[in-house]
Amino acid sequence: MSAPLYVARAPNVAARMIGGEMMIMSGRDSSLFSLNPTASAIWQAADGVTPLATLVQAHICSAYEVDPEVALRDAEEVVRSLASHGILRVSDSPIDP
Amino acid sequence: MKSLMQELGNRAIDLGVPLGVQLDLTYRCNERCVHCYLDHEDHGEMSTAEVKDVLDQLAEAGTFFLTLSGGEIFMRPDLFEIIGHARALTFSVKLKTNAVMITAAKARRVAGLGVESVQISLYSHKPAVHDEITKLPGSFRRTLAGARALKAAGVKVSFANVLMKHNADDYPEVRALSESLGIEYKADATITPMMDGDRGVLELNVDADKLARIYRDGAMVGEDPAQYAAPAGPMDSEDALNSLPCSAGHSAAYISPYGEVFPCVQFPYLSGNVRTQRFADIWRDSPQLAEVRAIRLSDVQGCSSCVHGSSCSRCPGLAYTEGNMRGPSLQDCERSYARTGVPSKNLLAKQPPAGPARVFWMAQK
Repeated sequence: MSAPLYVARAPNVAARMIGGEMMIMSGRDSSLFSLNPTASAIWQAADGVTPLATLVQAHICSAYEVDPEVALRDAEEVVRSLASHGILRVSDSPIDP
Repeated sequence: MKSLMQELGNRAIDLGVPLGVQLDLTYRCNERCVHCYLDHEDHGEMSTAEVKDVLDQLAEAGTFFLTLSGGEIFMRPDLFEIIGHARALTFSVKLKTNAVMITAAKARRVAGLGVESVQISLYSHKPAVHDEITKLPGSFRRTLAGARALKAAGVKVSFANVLMKHNADDYPEVRALSESLGIEYKADATITPMMDGDRGVLELNVDADKLARIYRDGAMVGEDPAQYAAPAGPMDSEDALNSLPCSAGHSAAYISPYGEVFPCVQFPYLSGNVRTQRFADIWRDSPQLAEVRAIRLSDVQGCSSCVHGSSCSRCPGLAYTEGNMRGPSLQDCERSYARTGVPSKNLLAKQPPAGPARVFWMAQK
C-alpha cells in the first residue's frame, strides 16, 4: 500500500461554481480550468490534512458506483495534473494552510 | 473554436449570472485628472462591513471576476481588509489605481493576497504632461515607482493610457516605456461624460485627424490592420435579432461606493441600491436591468444596417448618456469614422452635435 497523499487548494487561485461547473483560474499564469463534478468534489474538499484516500471514499465512492482502488488511482492522476497547473498542492505529508 | 473564457461568458449570460462586477470603493482621489467623470466628495461611502456584505452577496450570486476601483482605492485604510475578504471568497480580483500610494511593502501585500492584476493609469512618458493631467505634482514619478514595486513583487501590471488632447502624441513613447518595464499597455480614447450628465469634458477628446492616425498605426491596432481599414459591412439580420449590445446588465454590473447598482460603470442607469435591497433581488427583479436586457442590436436605430454594423463597438452606456440607450452612440460612430474614413449611417443622418463630432464632420469634407 502506498503512503498517504495529502492535497490542498493552492492559495492564489480564483474559483467559482457556475452552472454546476467549478471554474478555477490559476494564480500562476491566469489559465482558466473547468473541473468535472468528481474533480470539483476533490478540489473543494482538499484541506491539506485529510488523506486523499479518505476524500475519495467520502466524496466519490459514496456518490458513484466505483471500485475504491480505481477511484483512488484516477484521483491521484487528477490531483497531480491539477498540481502541475498550480491550482492544487500535493504532498506525502499534511500541508499547512 | 471558442475559448473556455468565451464559453464561460456565454454560459453566464444564459444562466443570468453576474460574472464580472466592478465595485468602486470610493470616489475620493488624491489626483484631480482633467478628464475624470467623478465627483470626488465623499457622500457617504459604504463602510467596511457593508462592503464585505456586498462581496458575500456577489460570491453567492456567482460573480467570479471582481474589479475594485475608484476614485483611488488606496485612499481607503481598510483596502487590504477588503481585498483579503474578497480573496477568501475566491474572487479573481483586479485592482485599478494610480499607484501613487503604493510602496514596496504594500506591493508585497497585494502579491501575497493573490490579486490577479493591477491596472495603473499612466498618461505620458513626460512627467510634466502626466502631472498636468493629474494635477498632482510628482505623480508621474510616484506612479512609476508604484508600478515598479508591484512588478518587483511579482504582480501582473498593466498601464491604461487614456488618450486626450493633452497627450495624444505621446502614446508611442508610453507604449515603449511599458515594454521596457515588462508591463502590458492598453490605450483608450474614450472620454466619459461626467456622472451628473455634464458633457463639457468631451471637449478633451482627441482630434479627428490624430485619432485616425492612431487607428492606422499597426503597433496599436494589432495583428490585422485590414480589420481597421474598411467597414466590415452591415450585420446579418438574423445575427442582429439575437445579438446583445454588450454584457452590461447581462453578465456584468457596477456598484458605486454608495451601494448604487448600474448595468456597467459606463452606463449610469440606476437600477437599485444594495443598501436597501439584496443584490440578488436587484439583479433578478430590477425593471431597469430588464429594460437593458431586452435590447437587441436589431432594435438599435440605424445600427444593424449600418456599414459598420458587424464591427462597431457601440457602447449602450454612451448611447444612454447621449439620450437613448436604444439609439446610436455618436462617440462610437465618430470612432468608426476615424478608423475607416467612412461615416456611419447615424453620423450621416444626424446634424453634427456639439463638441468633437463637429471636428469629424469638418474632416470629412
